[in-house]
Amino acid sequence: MSQVFDIDFESHRKAPIVGIDLGTTNSLVAFMDLTGPKVIPAPDGGNLVPSVVSYTGGEFVVGTPAQRLLIDSPETTVYSVKRLMGRGIADVKDEVALFPFRIAAGSESVIRLELGEKTLTPPEISAQVLGELKRAAEAFLGETVTQAVITVPAYFNDAQRQATKDAGRIAGLEVLRLVNEPTAAALAYGLDKREDGIVAVYDFGGGTFDISILRLHGGIFEVLATNGDTHLGGDDIDNRLLKIALEDLASEWGEDLSHNGEAVQTLRRAVIQAKEQLSFVPFTNIEFHYRGKSYQREITREVFRNLISDIIDRTLEPCRRCIADAGLTVDQINEVVMVGGSTRIPMVRCAVETLFKAKPHTELNPDEVVALGAAVQAGILSGAVDDKLLLDVTPLSLGIETMGGVVSKLVHRNSTIPASAKEVFTTGVDGQTNVLIHVVQGERELVKDCRSLARFDLTGIDPMPAGAARVEVKFLIDANGILSVSARDLRTGKEHTVEVKPSYGLSEDQVEAMISESIAKAEEDFQERQVREARLEADTILTATEKARANDAWLDLTDDERKRIHDGVNQLLLVYHSDDHHLIRAKIDELNEVTMKLAENMMNTAVRSALKGTHV
Amino acid sequence: MDYFSFFGLERKLTLDASQLQKRFYELSREYHPDRFARKPEEERLKAEEASAILNDGYRVLRDPVQRAEYVLKQEGFDVGEQRSKDVPPELLEEVFELNMALEELRHGDEDARASLAEAHQKFINMRAAADEELTGLGQRYDQSQDRAVLQQIRGVLNRRRYIRNLVTEVEKELA
Repeated sequence: MSQVFDIDFESHRKAPIVGIDLGTTNSLVAFMDLTGPKVIPAPDGGNLVPSVVSYTGGEFVVGTPAQRLLIDSPETTVYSVKRLMGRGIADVKDEVALFPFRIAAGSESVIRLELGEKTLTPPEISAQVLGELKRAAEAFLGETVTQAVITVPAYFNDAQRQATKDAGRIAGLEVLRLVNEPTAAALAYGLDKREDGIVAVYDFGGGTFDISILRLHGGIFEVLATNGDTHLGGDDIDNRLLKIALEDLASEWGEDLSHNGEAVQTLRRAVIQAKEQLSFVPFTNIEFHYRGKSYQREITREVFRNLISDIIDRTLEPCRRCIADAGLTVDQINEVVMVGGSTRIPMVRCAVETLFKAKPHTELNPDEVVALGAAVQAGILSGAVDDKLLLDVTPLSLGIETMGGVVSKLVHRNSTIPASAKEVFTTGVDGQTNVLIHVVQGERELVKDCRSLARFDLTGIDPMPAGAARVEVKFLIDANGILSVSARDLRTGKEHTVEVKPSYGLSEDQVEAMISESIAKAEEDFQERQVREARLEADTILTATEKARANDAWLDLTDDERKRIHDGVNQLLLVYHSDDHHLIRAKIDELNEVTMKLAENMMNTAVRSALKGTHV
Repeated sequence: MDYFSFFGLERKLTLDASQLQKRFYELSREYHPDRFARKPEEERLKAEEASAILNDGYRVLRDPVQRAEYVLKQEGFDVGEQRSKDVPPELLEEVFELNMALEELRHGDEDARASLAEAHQKFINMRAAADEELTGLGQRYDQSQDRAVLQQIRGVLNRRRYIRNLVTEVEKELA
């Protein structure tokens, strides 16, 4: 602490925590400086890193350069991977039909994408995007970045949150907090300036839709309720336009292009462009040129409206449910904040304005507001921001399976997190030593209609008559919205081991393996760079020595000195192609040593001729 | 951990909602895990636990029904979900009529919809009456600390739970 000023320099001196918006379409990284949250520029100079990863020629390409590969190498270039996070193949059957990349067998609990000879899971692909953001932040801030706040859709379930956390770990980032995107946006807007108020955040992004209602009170952002759809976004709008265009092409060109990755990606880009233009002009054209043929179709706002009105309607029902869950009526909501690229569409704004009877806030760039909020949250965690505090909720009820496949709810949706629940379990058969607990998430009454979260095997129960054992299980949903389970024997007071089998997602062992692989890869990269640099140094000294042979100074050396230089050069050339940069460097040093005299002589010769020159 | 003492509030059935909210915000600032992000793991886990108790307690205390159930449980009363299966005698007639209307609707008699909507409104009014009764009894208990009042409260809670289930059932049918 400064003695004179009441500034907490300590929190600023510590390694920075960055805020990351890991989006379906684009990702951003931001940080908190002394004046407020700032977006860190990406390598290409813009603020957005397209969430596109390509594995081409044995190397990863991320962001803008990868976006170009969507057309050239569609089978090995992945976009919108966020929609696959924490999901199994059965969840995404419909949309993977439109993806040009292949899904490997064994994708029931984790999707595996086949990219050339490599098979990768969504967290590993997201880790590449995070790695790119990490590098951008490190280059900008001039220091290593190891801690981050990452945003997730408010309606993400446990598996989707865990997958995001795994992605961070694989990328070498300790994820200090997962923050819900709409809540982050509320933080960025700084609407807490008003003493007391109710704010609704409508977040319609590339792949997900969220609505959150918050009470702001003296710097506290208390989420009252949240709702949404993790499978509803701008992508769905693109797919509608894409479908029309593909149908047109099928009849006009007599050709079904829907399985041609290159054509679909080119066309996708064209329809996205048309969609974006329609936010500014009343009509536009979808223009597509392919193999010398051209296709053009006019789209008016009217046609566009009819095409997507049901998609917009699908966002309104969660809004109504959210207002009801918050125990409010529309009139009690003071402000509405718009987040996400899809809120640029005038029809979306209009629908929101009608529903909430209020003109929505659009002052901040809807693409950046979430990342800025994540940076504010990073500031809260580092202690740099101490007047604000976020109290978020769990979006889905947590329950356990009971007799007859019925769900017994333990923590209800919209409970402030961290939240916990305790339940006492016993055995049903004499001598039973373990109890299997099936945890689900969702609002429905039957297990089959909810999402399986995990199976916990409670082991190590002493053999006893049925019903005699009493094990208390504590379910804790942490501030990230992720569940952990612990168990205690009520008779002995001793802790029980709980073996977790997540229904979707990677196991701890798998994540560990991916982390060590990425560390090994980073080390390999480091080694390679060292060797490359050593060879460059060797090139420099070898060229200089070669040139020096033509110099008068070479003649001034003794035979022995010339022989030692000759040997030094040969020695270096011998190790030049080895992988050991230490060895190359050692030989460089030796050659340096034996050429010292030569270098001095050259310097003297140069000085002499220079002096001669001045006397002429 | 007793929720009332955790909040530093007197153990009462009638609580000042704004006072409770104020304490909730104050204690959140103290215990929320965000305040401990860079502290040693032991401290972080403690804060997480305290924060969970705070949030769980706030959910219970701010809702008059859950709050009453909580106090009853502490006082050794049995307040179980299973009790709601016994029809409170004063509701027998309504339940009989409701079942008739539901039966008619299931047999395609759309006219039953109107009587169902009527029943819905009636149950909502009954629930509101039960809430009012609960408030009155709560005040009486806070003044007298009389267990006989708690006994009465238990009766109202059981009836209210039954009414709540009826409301849910009717809403499901009307949806």
